[in-house]
Amino acid sequence: MTERQMTCIICPMGCSITVKMEGEEILEISGNTCKRGAAYAEAETRHPERTVTTTMRCQDGQILSVKTDRPIPKSKIMECMDRINRHRAAVPVAIGDILLRDVFGSNVVATENKPSLG
Amino acid sequence: MTDLVIIGGGPAGMSAAVAAYESGVRDILILERDEQLGGILQQCIHNGFGLHRFGEELTGPEYAWKYEEQVRELGIPVKYKTMVLSVTPHRTVTATNEEDGIFTIQARAIVLAMGCRERPRGALNIAGTRPAGIYSAGTAQKLVNRKGYLPGKSVVILGSGDIGLIMARRMTLEGAKVKAVCELMPYSGGLARNIEQCLNDFAIPLKLSHTVVEIHGRERIEGVTIAKVDENRKPIAETREYISCDTLLLSVGLIPENELSLQAEVRMDSVTGGAVVDQDRQTSREGIFACGNVLHVHDLVDFVSEEAEIAGRSAAEYIRGSLVPECDIPIETDGKVRYTVPQRITGRKDVTVYFRVADRYRNVRIDILSGEKVIHSVRKPKMAPGEMESIRLKKELFQGAASLKLRLEEPEGTREIQRHKIM
Repeated sequence: MTERQMTCIICPMGCSITVKMEGEEILEISGNTCKRGAAYAEAETRHPERTVTTTMRCQDGQILSVKTDRPIPKSKIMECMDRINRHRAAVPVAIGDILLRDVFGSNVVATENKPSLG
Repeated sequence: MTDLVIIGGGPAGMSAAVAAYESGVRDILILERDEQLGGILQQCIHNGFGLHRFGEELTGPEYAWKYEEQVRELGIPVKYKTMVLSVTPHRTVTATNEEDGIFTIQARAIVLAMGCRERPRGALNIAGTRPAGIYSAGTAQKLVNRKGYLPGKSVVILGSGDIGLIMARRMTLEGAKVKAVCELMPYSGGLARNIEQCLNDFAIPLKLSHTVVEIHGRERIEGVTIAKVDENRKPIAETREYISCDTLLLSVGLIPENELSLQAEVRMDSVTGGAVVDQDRQTSREGIFACGNVLHVHDLVDFVSEEAEIAGRSAAEYIRGSLVPECDIPIETDGKVRYTVPQRITGRKDVTVYFRVADRYRNVRIDILSGEKVIHSVRKPKMAPGEMESIRLKKELFQGAASLKLRLEEPEGTREIQRHKIM
């Protein structure tokens, strides 16, 4: 049996939750004070996901802020960074434009407008 | 003569401008030091903004764009790369930029929205040399997110406020090794969410009750000595530990940037570091309003926008001559409640009072007193200095009061036990 400690981030209470596991199976979730906390702990244990926010180089050298348009598996964050860092965005870019498709189930989109230089 | 001059085009300035326009003011001018609107949000490329206001998670630039778009659509003029040099008590603004040289504007009303600055190394008295490689976290954030430079590869961060936590993740994503985040206090001032997703996700150690006691290196920083601190926040010599690093980031607090407010001779609040304001966000100088981080440092931009709307609407009412003048009920605090904004209110309108507490508390009650009489009470299961709180008060509750006081009541004798539980 393994135990995992986590701090719930659903609300400012920040309950300290303990998840007891046997292999892949969750045996017990304790420490939460509401149902949403249990759901959070379960999701964090089974398939933790994160939205990646970072920057991408443009073809003309400018820096563009970008994000994955939905959360990706937490274990894929560094691979996702690698794909974004290898790509160059064509300017001009408008906020929301898709820059890379199908990156671990998400699209990488621009989070700012970037006109071309000059 | 210009009806409304807004100093600063960050989230507060933009929101105040839009609110003033919607309240009927047409002659508005925003003065912005940068080349773009958006202020600090431009470099806050992480998400988590706008949950209160828009019910969705936006990145900083996306949140800023929602307001910039409105400023553009309404055709509100902005002077970019413009530095305001002075503001007089009678609302004469002197500013300078490349195109206009030095110029003055007489304003009917002014909204101060200059934001805040980071506390620098010089304010910390850390011993050691003065090498390159020491940055405030926000400077590093600008270098990485706006300029595309990684300021170092091996990093120690002092201070666990949200900017420090966000930069721990950001530097890690870009290939740096963040060796430790040191926090002087026994708890982090950052959001639980940021501790989880910026530190724990990447196994970055958070060293609570630790500080940097010495900086090493001649040309470039080579390492820091950290130490645990006792309950009086004094370093314990036996716990000294050397960590090699090429970069030290400081995330040790924000200070409202009030040089112009002081020139305008507005009354200041020594706790917030910002102006004393009434419920319309008017300062002690008639026609001069303040909002956002220049007034008091916020933890969520959503509340900056909300506060700036009040300032913008009030400036519009002032210009029309319909602003209620007497805000003669002062709000006092007990020390456990550190401060309130506004600090003065009128008995003629309902009001939302924003406040912060001095320490972490569990299961406490906030009493609002008029003289000795408790007129309103709110229970709070958990409070922390890093989280701004608010209480809405109906005017019927405090009409005719000479003054109000916010008092934090703790259950007797349980504080130490509760503290233990939180840690």
